[in-house]
Amino acid sequence: MPGFCYFPHTEEDIREMLRKIGVSSLDDLNSDIPADFVYKGEYDLPDALSEQQVREFFEGLAAKNTTLKVFAGAGAYDHYTPSVIPYITSRSEFLTAYTPYQCEISQGTLRYIFEFQSLICALTGLDVANASMYDGPTAAAEAMRMCVASARKKNTVLLSAGLLPNVRKVVETYAKYSGINLEYIELKDGRTSLDSLKALLEGGDVAGAIVPGINRLGIIEDLSGFADALHAAGALFAEYCDPSALAVLKTPAEWGADIAVGDAQTLGIPLCYGGPYVGFMACTQAHMRKLPGRIVGEARDSEGRRCFVLTLQAREQHIRREKATSNICSNQSLMALWVTVYLSLMGPEGMKQVNDLSYAGAHYLYDRLLETGKFRKVSDAPFLKEFALEPLVDAKALQNVLCEAGFFGALLTEEGYVTFCVTEKRTKEEIDAMIDVIKEVQA
Amino acid sequence: MKYYDKLIFELSKEGRCGFSLPQAQFPGGTDAIDAGLRRQNPALLPQVSEVDVVRHYTNLSQMNFGVDTGFYPLGSCTMKYNPKINEEIAAMPAFAALHPLQPECTLEGVKEIYDAMEKSLAAITGMKHFTFKPCAGAHGELTGLMIMREYHLRRGDTARVKVIVPDSAHGTNPASAAVCGLQIVVVKSKADGLVDVEDLKPLLGPDVAGIMMTNPNTLGLFERDIKEIAALVHEAGGLLYYDGANMNPLLGVARPGDMGFDIMHLNLHKTFSTPHGGGGPGSGPVGVCDKLGGIVKSLQTSAFNGNFGVILRAYAYILMLGRQNLKMAGKLATLNANYIKESLKDAYKLPIESVCKHEFVFDGLINDGGSEEKHGATTLDVAKRLLDYGYHAPTIYFPLLFHQAMMIEPTETESKETLDAFIEVMHKIAAEAAEDPAILQSAPHNAPITRPDETAAARKPILKFQDEALQS
Repeated sequence: MPGFCYFPHTEEDIREMLRKIGVSSLDDLNSDIPADFVYKGEYDLPDALSEQQVREFFEGLAAKNTTLKVFAGAGAYDHYTPSVIPYITSRSEFLTAYTPYQCEISQGTLRYIFEFQSLICALTGLDVANASMYDGPTAAAEAMRMCVASARKKNTVLLSAGLLPNVRKVVETYAKYSGINLEYIELKDGRTSLDSLKALLEGGDVAGAIVPGINRLGIIEDLSGFADALHAAGALFAEYCDPSALAVLKTPAEWGADIAVGDAQTLGIPLCYGGPYVGFMACTQAHMRKLPGRIVGEARDSEGRRCFVLTLQAREQHIRREKATSNICSNQSLMALWVTVYLSLMGPEGMKQVNDLSYAGAHYLYDRLLETGKFRKVSDAPFLKEFALEPLVDAKALQNVLCEAGFFGALLTEEGYVTFCVTEKRTKEEIDAMIDVIKEVQA
Repeated sequence: MKYYDKLIFELSKEGRCGFSLPQAQFPGGTDAIDAGLRRQNPALLPQVSEVDVVRHYTNLSQMNFGVDTGFYPLGSCTMKYNPKINEEIAAMPAFAALHPLQPECTLEGVKEIYDAMEKSLAAITGMKHFTFKPCAGAHGELTGLMIMREYHLRRGDTARVKVIVPDSAHGTNPASAAVCGLQIVVVKSKADGLVDVEDLKPLLGPDVAGIMMTNPNTLGLFERDIKEIAALVHEAGGLLYYDGANMNPLLGVARPGDMGFDIMHLNLHKTFSTPHGGGGPGSGPVGVCDKLGGIVKSLQTSAFNGNFGVILRAYAYILMLGRQNLKMAGKLATLNANYIKESLKDAYKLPIESVCKHEFVFDGLINDGGSEEKHGATTLDVAKRLLDYGYHAPTIYFPLLFHQAMMIEPTETESKETLDAFIEVMHKIAAEAAEDPAILQSAPHNAPITRPDETAAARKPILKFQDEALQS
């Protein structure tokens, strides 16, 4: 057997180990596998490459994609990543650890998760947050399940039609197999309609509702009256939110929400073709024991020192099996560290500036786009970094022209509108260059 | 490792900052938003400088133990070495900058990666089609069970509401089945640790959607009756689900697709060497046999196309190993596990005498040092004492079949010298227990903290930082 860099065994090691075990060959160790199932073929895979070849191979693959200037959002936002973050998250003590089962040698992981929970609570205004979820859409699906689990005997969850398409799709998928009934709250003038919500609540079977803080048209929702209407009907109120925007916008707690979920990708996680990102979930104290996933709590060791442990584990799959609040086990811990470091660096002032810069850039683009005469307003409601317009040119052609010029924007919505997004990373030069391209698009 | 007691909030000082952002290029800002839509008080985020952040998290990292720190024989978790080239590939800026909804014509390289990964995993498992959307193993299980249910629903068969799960199964199996709206029926294991085919037979019927199996199972034993089990389940109209958490020993040895499994997930963060990150991000692609290909591609169970950054790492791993080394990985993992088992069974109870695959289970110490006057040392005590000697502990108190279960999985990336040193320490701990179990019962002695009072922590939970000074 020729040597390989990840396998430390020498021929002599293997011989000695087999002797200790009392068998004569490696194949003898698999003698318990019925002969029918012993794989005798050759994997249809390439020969081993050298490390240099692997690097060059991926450089080649990377070059086969086109990096575009991103003027789109729809669930993935191009915010700046401070260089400290990957430096910290690539420390192998964090990177190569498992879930912190042995708390005495996992205080690093446990502490940053505790900090992450604290930061999510600070942004949402809610009492308790878990250690993370896979992403925003799956967090929304867990919120749906939590509503039904809390309500008892009620089996309908309402979704705002303003939720992002991928959030709706994932929640619908989970609902179908969990046997949960979903109904949609309509949009009116670009916002989730309170009247539509109230009409649906008359049905009486509603366990909860999931409504975005900023909807898929980029509009900042006015959720006045939602909590009262839902609570009066004995239903829970879950808000799907952008945690970056929560640094300036009214919090789920201020709107009276019981649960907040969303994707924390907006807190400095690179686009990376959609993952890894990190979902979050927070709730009021009253619903703490229904939260899915890991939760870290403060404790004291036998010498009285402050330390941190996985806690409230009676909710979890490894203890409760089929009676657990969720099946979630591994989540997105390292990405929780990612956003924890991000928020530590940014602080309240940095978060305010990120939102101000994005807001100002988005409004500049919005005005310039309307000036081209190729778009019509769809709403006068306020927006932050993402907005929708009705195109007066062919939307698909518009996106293609932009793409050829090196821009990614003008995402088509189900109404036939197009959305754009501007973050603090986009410069005036880039926006002006994109406007110049759009001016040339023929109606 | 040394104890460090700060939280980032405790380093905060009004007016300090750790960010660097561009100057404003346009007038205006969020203050223009109607006050009724804005938060009333700024969020209580820490105000720290960049150096504070770097030192704080460096200090935190030094209280953590990873695979790069030392031997990590955590059963069922496959803590193999995480190659560094994988990290370099995943961090390439040209991948990091891609938006998931970009036009297809700009993503030719990405498409090649997904296609090649599907082809590679199909070759290794004998499955035909894969989805990469699941973000973890349990997420893969859930997706796989949705596929199972959808298969029956599309045939108009709505009666199949039960799924059979062995008593040795990972806790995620029944939990995933419950989330998928299935009722769980437990099939027993025999004294030899394998699924009891006679117990299974009467459980099968027109209400059974399928069975979830781990092979080798959580005792590290190959389910030798899998051919008969597959035939019985298929005959009853059910499907077979393979929990891929234990796929590592089968690399180069056997393929779930050949054994009759219809659906399976893989943990790229186990078998394919991507780092566990302290509990994710993982990746749990689901593979299916040919007839389920249409269903597997239709289910949207996560935001976009799964954890692309993790998939990149796994692909780099497959290319580095290539056909010839992938073939060796499973055999060497099995060699390492059997070597430890045979070397330690004189001091630890081996409940089932048999060749194991990549892992095995001891049922506590043979001599725990207990007597009428004093309690003996438990598996928990052995685990904590191991921390003192610079090792991560095995998985403990799982599987539930044995009261003092201690599940050891060394993986193929550990040398004989590493295993010998571990064996020596395990013998030393056994000797300590026999002489004075109190040494183990008060362990760890050299970790950053001693054992915490977890009961008190759960009774009065403190789940976030609360400091009056920050509540401006």
